[in-house]
Amino acid sequence: MIQLNSDHILFLVMAARWTLLLSLIAFIGGTLTGLPIALLRSSSSRFLRLISAGYVQLIQGTPLLILIFLSYFGLGILGLKLAPLVAAGLALTLYASAFLGEIWRGCIEAVPRPQWEASDCLGLSLLQQYIYVVLPQAFRIAIPPTVGFMVQIVKNTSLASVVGFVELARAGQIINNSTFEPFIIFCSVAALYFLICYPLSLISRSLETKINASQI
Amino acid sequence: MSYKFDFTFLLEKWPIVLNGVWLTVQLTIMSIALGFILGCICALVRVYGGRTVRMIVGTYVELIRNTPLLIQIFIVYFGLSSIGFKLSAEVSATIALVINMGAYTTEIMRAGIQSIHRTQLETADCLGLTRLQAILHIVLLPAIERVYPALSSQFVLLMLASSITSQISAEELTAVANNIQSETYRSFEIYIIVAIVYLILSLVYRIIFKALAHMLFPRRRKLGTPL
Repeated sequence: MIQLNSDHILFLVMAARWTLLLSLIAFIGGTLTGLPIALLRSSSSRFLRLISAGYVQLIQGTPLLILIFLSYFGLGILGLKLAPLVAAGLALTLYASAFLGEIWRGCIEAVPRPQWEASDCLGLSLLQQYIYVVLPQAFRIAIPPTVGFMVQIVKNTSLASVVGFVELARAGQIINNSTFEPFIIFCSVAALYFLICYPLSLISRSLETKINASQI
Repeated sequence: MSYKFDFTFLLEKWPIVLNGVWLTVQLTIMSIALGFILGCICALVRVYGGRTVRMIVGTYVELIRNTPLLIQIFIVYFGLSSIGFKLSAEVSATIALVINMGAYTTEIMRAGIQSIHRTQLETADCLGLTRLQAILHIVLLPAIERVYPALSSQFVLLMLASSITSQISAEELTAVANNIQSETYRSFEIYIIVAIVYLILSLVYRIIFKALAHMLFPRRRKLGTPL
């Protein structure tokens, strides 16, 4: 049996970089797909609203773990073999897009109705209304919950460990398999996650109070 | 693509899948109920408690909310057993889910309790209600009513998150799916089926929580205000 030493902690810290990378992939992917979903969700066409609502319900109603299994084992068996990083990135992107889409829809709808009407009166096209009037205001409201959701993304990257991607959680399991000191190891893993997530939580909360204060 | 879908294994395996659904329902109902009670107590402490207990509850909430459920489950299952508390996978899973649920409920209920004006409590005092009655009827129930939508979606999220307990092979739906997958190699089919089952479960949970709200808060229905 190998004694737990500083190399193990170093290994965990190195693995945390992969957690960060995967979170970044999920966040960028989720942003690129979540924004169209938010726009579709708040569009005036009933059909588009229904389709996007269905998508959101579908993703929010299935566990992320199953999405990861589907994109890794499922697509693999269909002949589309994805690397663990890609499969986990894909599943996390789908997950993030549904939640971010729903968060941002709320932000777009929180922009007061008269803003739409006023910009309509000024003769702005729909695209101009979105770009110059609605989205900048929605963006402001959207920052705190989006930062808050990044915490969820970071935490959920731990599920990528189930398909063998070596990020923080998986690194903890690997070390545990050779040292058999699960309590210390998983507590250190939890501490590292906490170090990443807690600052994000704090930022989200302080932004929230700041924005609320400026609106009153 | 030359792959042929084959769902015939279901003819043989459906009782196992159904059993998995039942285990997931049991696990989640138990965790939701206990976690909700824990959360309510912690939220009351967080709002009305002394400085020290407030800090303790605050630390608990932040620790749980900023670490992954998977790691929490590992700590309860592998960690506790290594320092002498041997627990079965199911018990560990329930404990981890209750602790997790408790932290989120605390945060939600805290918002609800803080929205109850202090004068309400003073009035209750004047009317001669005991402390317990006042907390229960004047604070807790109206607070639950106000944050009910957030609570019920948190409950559904917990049900979905319970799939993670399959990682310590607690017997529930996802663990059952993993077993079938390794026997039949029909991973795409079985995970699609399980995804659909979870989807149905989350819809059913949502409907049940809505019905529960109508029973618990009849005032709302009469007033016709949206929940």
